[in-house]
Amino acid sequence: MNRLLPKEIAEQAEIIAEHARREGLDFYPTVFEMLTSEEISQVAAYGGFPRRYPHWRFGMEYERLRKQHRYGLGKIYEMVINNNPCYAYLLNDNALVDHKTVIAHVYAHCDFFKNNIWFARTNRRMIDDMANHATRIRRYIGRHGLERVEQLIDICLSLENLIDPHSVFMRREAAPQPTATTKQKPEPTVTRFPAKSYMDRYINPPERLASDRAAVDENSQQAKKRFPARPLRDVLAFLLQNAPLEDWEADILSIVREEAYYFAPQGQTKIMNEGWASYWHSTMMTNYILGDNELIDYCEHHSGTLATSPGRLNPYKLGIELLRDIERRWNTGRYGPEYDACDDMAARREWGKDRAPRGRVVGPDSPGRAKIFEVRTIYNDVTFLDEFLTPEFVDEQKLYHYRQDPTTGRMVVVNRDFDKIKQQLLFMLTNHAQPYIYVTDGNYRNRGELYLAHRHNGADIDIKYAVATLKQLHALWRRPVHLNARIGDEVMLFTFDGEQSSQQRVDEKVDNPAHFL
Amino acid sequence: MVLQINNDHQRFRKIVKGKIRQDLRKFLTRGELLGREGKRFVSIPVHGIEIPNFRYGDNNDAGVGKGEGQPGDQVDGEGEGMGPGGEQEGRHILEVDVTLEELAEILGEELQLPRIKPKGKHRITAERDRYSGVRQSGPESLRHFKRTFRRALRRQIISGLYNPDAPRIIFERRDKVYRSWKTVLSPQSNAVIIYMMDVSGSMGDEQKELVRLEAFWIDAWLRKNYQGIESRYIVHDVRAAEVDRDTFFRIREDGGTRISSAYRAARELIEKNYAPNDWNIYLFHFSDGDNSSESDSRECCTLVREQLLPNLNMFGYCQVASAYGSGNFINVVHEHLPDLEAVITSRVNTKDDIYDSIKTFFTAGR
Repeated sequence: MNRLLPKEIAEQAEIIAEHARREGLDFYPTVFEMLTSEEISQVAAYGGFPRRYPHWRFGMEYERLRKQHRYGLGKIYEMVINNNPCYAYLLNDNALVDHKTVIAHVYAHCDFFKNNIWFARTNRRMIDDMANHATRIRRYIGRHGLERVEQLIDICLSLENLIDPHSVFMRREAAPQPTATTKQKPEPTVTRFPAKSYMDRYINPPERLASDRAAVDENSQQAKKRFPARPLRDVLAFLLQNAPLEDWEADILSIVREEAYYFAPQGQTKIMNEGWASYWHSTMMTNYILGDNELIDYCEHHSGTLATSPGRLNPYKLGIELLRDIERRWNTGRYGPEYDACDDMAARREWGKDRAPRGRVVGPDSPGRAKIFEVRTIYNDVTFLDEFLTPEFVDEQKLYHYRQDPTTGRMVVVNRDFDKIKQQLLFMLTNHAQPYIYVTDGNYRNRGELYLAHRHNGADIDIKYAVATLKQLHALWRRPVHLNARIGDEVMLFTFDGEQSSQQRVDEKVDNPAHFL
Repeated sequence: MVLQINNDHQRFRKIVKGKIRQDLRKFLTRGELLGREGKRFVSIPVHGIEIPNFRYGDNNDAGVGKGEGQPGDQVDGEGEGMGPGGEQEGRHILEVDVTLEELAEILGEELQLPRIKPKGKHRITAERDRYSGVRQSGPESLRHFKRTFRRALRRQIISGLYNPDAPRIIFERRDKVYRSWKTVLSPQSNAVIIYMMDVSGSMGDEQKELVRLEAFWIDAWLRKNYQGIESRYIVHDVRAAEVDRDTFFRIREDGGTRISSAYRAARELIEKNYAPNDWNIYLFHFSDGDNSSESDSRECCTLVREQLLPNLNMFGYCQVASAYGSGNFINVVHEHLPDLEAVITSRVNTKDDIYDSIKTFFTAGR
């Protein structure tokens, strides 16, 4: 799919890159390709990549995108891959002004990929690796048949969200200690009271020492038996190491896991990433690039991208507004203890206006700019909103909190309470709105059964899906699998033993797993 | 350019078709499909095609929105916004567009085509695959050994690798030649299907609906399989008349029932237009079986046995249950025409029976 960029657009791309560099953006070399709408639908269905392994869900996504495009419900303007070099795609039936906007937008994304710390450990050769994954899976299909491979991919995908996005920043799990050659452990220490030598026999009687030692020994034996040693969030890694998989099955699971880790930071930084890119396309287009005759088209598309509708929060809009708010606050000094302590509304409104006479933007070298560059480097969506969402901002942006009315089933506005809104936003962003699932026992009841647990933080999991997912999990683990989850006020244990699903309330009669969350 | 995604797309469509096949009974009873031949696509909700995962339940739906509105106002639009579940579309039931033909084809895979005898002038075509050529790619099972060997030999001779004293021919990828097939339309025979429907007063709307659904699917499916097939439609109460397809599917009438009138009309129709030597003739009759008199029922059986059957490939009688109790005609048929292979009867009590009924008519592969 090599589509040469028309000369005119290539020149524009160079000009825009120059502007971007002058503004301080720092990006990998970026390759633009021009695609037809069919091709771009394919690329979009493949999550931005030109080649993926064969799987029907890409076909499903493709059908959805094609239909959306055909009925004019949505158009894919921009598509960019976190890779070195970055690859980005332009839609060939767009106007020049659209291309320019997209190019400016893309450079900011590339800058974000390169500099945001959450992307630091992503694979920058993913485009090659995705193609390699495709080749490997095709080979397995050739060897084991489409049905079997597809079934396995379906299973792996259904567990895809059971990863620990933070684990890439931790030291890798140490290699499991060889059990055969048990190292001589230091003598377990037992309490020994200080005593004169002739009294020692009486103050620390040998019988008591021996029994203490035996108790300590037993404790450490117990601890050793616990498997895994502590609750694990990376369920996929646990399965890879411990499930009875054939080599090709393990390889497919590792492919799915690797891709899940690759995409995780993009989920973690959606608002920031899109906000950052929109901030820069807007800044660069309006300051340098836009021609007089292009203004109207640009405005229409820009406002279309940032449009919000009730009940739907646009990440582009939230991101760009919050970044601009941060820039303004740091330009006018509206931060720090002095500002926070001020409760005179009038004074707050006028705060620091003399420092930023032109209002919003003071320019490239302003403290606000420096701040947002810092923000783009070290924050992700959760920390970004946690730190920078202010009551003034919520008020100005007319945000509200809504929830389902239990009687009518409709979504209704609850209130405009800042704390509630912030809490809700953070909840929705935490772990990318996926439940936290841990492996708490890999040898439950000493029968090689797998015990997972859901850490409840305000919302119940969906029972129907959980049961279906347990079935999938069983296909990998091949022994009964359990999920401990709180539903309402009850703690329930869902089980699939290979033939049937069951559920029971967790009480004293139910055996304990190795760990509790 | 052929896009790689097309494979995935085709695979997806295939899975969808599989799901539809599982739920076929349900789709067969969807009345709104009737009379939709004009519109090519039918939207069908497909369940159970998504990949399950651990996710939050619906009961916690809440979110943050933006805009005007007082507490208590409804948040408009179905957009889920950024609630739990994020921006995924997972919650919606997938609707897939399929063509009516595809649906009929799925139906057909479950049944067997009627065996149409070669008769008369060639109007109906049937598709057949014929291995008539070669190509460079294909499954190993279709490899053309002789040609492949020849090409390998030629290549080796040309490139000087061939040693006549110790001949050893090794195939390379580019040597391999595979058989390929062409689909040929081979002309077959003429066929006509005559549908007869009882539209008397005892046939309520519900019964007519059942008949229409069943006839619709028989028709859709046969038409899909045999281009150039003819369909004729007869409705009757005490009198019978031929009507066009549209009327057949929409007509409302009432009155008494005299089944023999329909059979006479069918006989006339056949005599006038379809010489039995040239045509395969299929007769389907739908009624609630509530004939006006026992003697007429007996007369019908005589008609069928002596005048119709010698010319027919198949006579299908489908009795629908009516509000006035089940009719007796089907029993009369069983009594008087028990030994004839070409006579097939079925009962339809509810919409769910339609599938089985169609199956009874066609499973035998007549």
